[in-house]
Amino acid sequence: MKPAVATLKFPRRDLLKAGGALLIGFAIRDTARGKGPEGVAMVTGPDQPDPNRLDTWIAIHADNTATIFIGFVELGQGCTTALLQMAAEELDLSMSQVKSIRLESHTMPNQGGTVASAAIARGGPRIRSAAAEARQALLKMASQKLDVPVDRLTVDQGVVSGAENPRKSITYGQLVGDKPFNLPYTGGAPLKSFRDYKVVGQRIPRLDIPEKAAGKYVHMQHVRVPGMLHGRIVRPAGQGAYGDGARVLSVDEASIADIRGVRVIRKRDFIGVVATNEWDAVRAARQLKVSWDRPAALPGTAGLYDQMRAAKTTDRIVIDNGDAAAAFASSSHVVSLTYRCPYQVHAPFGPNCAFADVKPDSAQVMCSTQNIYETRRKVAQVLGLAVEKVAVRYYEGSGTYGRSCYDDAAQAAAILSQAAGQPVRVQFMRWDEHGWGNHGPAHVGEIRVGIDGAGKITAYEYHGWQHQWNVTETSEQLAVGTPAAESSGTGSQQVSNFNLAAMYTIPNLRLVNHRVDGARYLKGSNLRSPLDVSFSFAQQQTIDELAVLAGLDPYEFRRRNIKDEHWLGVLDAVAQTAKWTPRPRDRSQARGRVANGRGIALGTHTASYAAAVADIEVDRETGKIVVRHLYGAIDAGLCVNPGCLENQISGMLVQAASRMLKEEVTFSTTAVTSLDWNSYPILRFEECPEVTPIVVQHLDQKPSGGGEEMMGPATAAIANALFDATGVRLREYPLTPARVLPALQRSTA
Amino acid sequence: MSTSVRIRVNEETRTVSAAPDTPLLYVLSGELQLNGPRFGCGLAQCGSCSVLVDGVETRSCVTPLSAIGNRVVTTLEGLPAWYARQHKLRKPLTLTPVQQAFIDEQAIQCGYCYNGMTIKASELLSRTPQPSEAQIRSAMNGHLCRCGTYPRIIKAIQRAAQVSVHEDSFVRQEKEAGR
Repeated sequence: MKPAVATLKFPRRDLLKAGGALLIGFAIRDTARGKGPEGVAMVTGPDQPDPNRLDTWIAIHADNTATIFIGFVELGQGCTTALLQMAAEELDLSMSQVKSIRLESHTMPNQGGTVASAAIARGGPRIRSAAAEARQALLKMASQKLDVPVDRLTVDQGVVSGAENPRKSITYGQLVGDKPFNLPYTGGAPLKSFRDYKVVGQRIPRLDIPEKAAGKYVHMQHVRVPGMLHGRIVRPAGQGAYGDGARVLSVDEASIADIRGVRVIRKRDFIGVVATNEWDAVRAARQLKVSWDRPAALPGTAGLYDQMRAAKTTDRIVIDNGDAAAAFASSSHVVSLTYRCPYQVHAPFGPNCAFADVKPDSAQVMCSTQNIYETRRKVAQVLGLAVEKVAVRYYEGSGTYGRSCYDDAAQAAAILSQAAGQPVRVQFMRWDEHGWGNHGPAHVGEIRVGIDGAGKITAYEYHGWQHQWNVTETSEQLAVGTPAAESSGTGSQQVSNFNLAAMYTIPNLRLVNHRVDGARYLKGSNLRSPLDVSFSFAQQQTIDELAVLAGLDPYEFRRRNIKDEHWLGVLDAVAQTAKWTPRPRDRSQARGRVANGRGIALGTHTASYAAAVADIEVDRETGKIVVRHLYGAIDAGLCVNPGCLENQISGMLVQAASRMLKEEVTFSTTAVTSLDWNSYPILRFEECPEVTPIVVQHLDQKPSGGGEEMMGPATAAIANALFDATGVRLREYPLTPARVLPALQRSTA
Repeated sequence: MSTSVRIRVNEETRTVSAAPDTPLLYVLSGELQLNGPRFGCGLAQCGSCSVLVDGVETRSCVTPLSAIGNRVVTTLEGLPAWYARQHKLRKPLTLTPVQQAFIDEQAIQCGYCYNGMTIKASELLSRTPQPSEAQIRSAMNGHLCRCGTYPRIIKAIQRAAQVSVHEDSFVRQEKEAGR
């Protein structure tokens, strides 16, 4: 049987064939920074293709097909399919005539990370305008060959014909097939009107699905290279405080003497094992006796929120409009509440895996990063190599939903390969990924909102406490001694007007971010829709409470306080689809064992608009919540592929139920204790709601992204449905029976 | 100590060299280089490593090689042939109805859990050709998906069950499609 990867050589991108097997030319020169037309900083230099050349983006082949060089990774969310739709549209090609190739450094454009649901919104315009520009160049060539003016030419599936004389025709392939354009990319070509879209806006089936169903898709975990060793990392069970990393006191290599052919590799506090046989590596990593210094430096799950709230913080006033304090004094009703929101973990279903082949003066790495160029920098850092001497190639792993341990795994593979002098594949074990994951940070929110007699919001104040995202990967921290550091400023999500308040018309608004120093907490990073679950949980429950005080239905109360047509659009779309009717005010009559409830909520992430309705059942005797049905509507401007977005909404609705009902990272004062799927349960089939995704389509607008926005509203709608069912509100999630049952008992006592 | 062991995998008898306590997963993915069963937890909690052993869904990450003996192991790669044998087809289809239904429902996101989902759904339909939704949920409950694709998996299994009822027409379609 052939190995999944037969060669160690990264195919250099051959513009003519999009294949081949040549070595990367390692040139050391300075890079230059410029700004692309869509406002994204582009890095140009010899270590990556020049974004200002048309050939960097598109190659036309002799068989009248095109390769589009996309600088984004496929994360199982369909962005590759959608970006190819945008290219096919502007090139007047069919979907069967366009393809993309695997993303790798040096040869593929650097479009930044595939993050913030922005692949389409941020990367799409560049792909689209490059395709339009290629079409323009091709028409100019065709005009000369056919002796027909450009404005008298038509294109259908890459066949250029004279409008008056269709027999005068030539294909793209005949015009430039397998030759470069040798033209600059200017970004100036006119784009198609949305009225002429044939491919954009269509439910094109995702291109990656058939191979995944057939078992032929090569995930990172399937990459095998002849002669590679199997590596495993050795760390204490569960991370401690981020600032401490982990400190080795002693290693007893005799403890694995019975496992032959295993080598222990130690670099400062980084420990790993490598072996020819994978099972030997697994056993050795488990059996190797290492004694670690384990200081009790964490607050523990029980002390978390009090420690955060009492911490000395760096404060930033995000917005301060009007006079909130005075407006509260004259409001008819004011609600002041505190919400507590736990750490949650990415825990990709298949733990991260990476491969590295490190030579004295170069390195080749394969991993599941969201940003190959950023991973290249991080790997170069631990190896002591210049960035351009490290090549990184992307293979899809399992759904990561933000920065899980992929860079940590890539660095670990590189460190082990460098020390072993052989190629090494590292597979994190389940407890590595759960225990040493980057977590969506815990959050404390204090909110105060006032309304007038007409049910209009008069004043709104929010204070949020959390630490930032980590920037030092654990492998680097342990092996190199790089101190723990967190992203600076707004480099990680924090209290934000758009996410917390911008949906409403609020005359007096004050938002304050309280940055907690993260050294004595867990490693944080961007878990899908960062902080939005926390923000919506706090804010949307408070809004619901004000609706009750105003004597208004929660849907009507929101409508009354929203002017923006996008927000009204998603709110109405979800309410209509769910057949929302005003909720009964008196919840004291229902007394059966199972209480039914329905909630509604709004939320977003970076640019789009989302609303959700939740139907739930609560078992009053056990406190168990079952989510029966979730409806979710997203307005992401132009939706390039409604099928992909519906799939994303469906997935988010299920994830939202999981995160609201079940997920919480637990830790002692020493270490994380939720290390697998039993100690960190997620939603299962028998608990899964029916889902109804709704896409609010705007063909005439710009795409704004839709891979995250449903998390906030769907989770908050569940919390609001709990109140609707039982009259009980919880200020801390997940809404486990251990929290719900005592609250129910208190409410009836 | 490695020993030479004969195991029956996907209609073939293979000789592998591994210690008897080696979990079947590492033999299948390492020595036999199969991509169906894949590592997820090593604890039998998630189902990503599932294979059929004599038609029974089994977690290969915790099943030692020595426990297999003469029993027949079927991985994702071998499902079409296994399905053909079950349904007395003269030759295997390219994809089983379950696999085709996952495509038709556009159910998959990252696809990492789909090995286990396909194996478990195939076992379910082989025993209960027309499962109720509750039976599907119950059978699949031990398989996790982080992307949240459960609702579409349920629909796909229902679709595959319908295809099984009209198996003749499914086989005809396959032929017409030249697969």
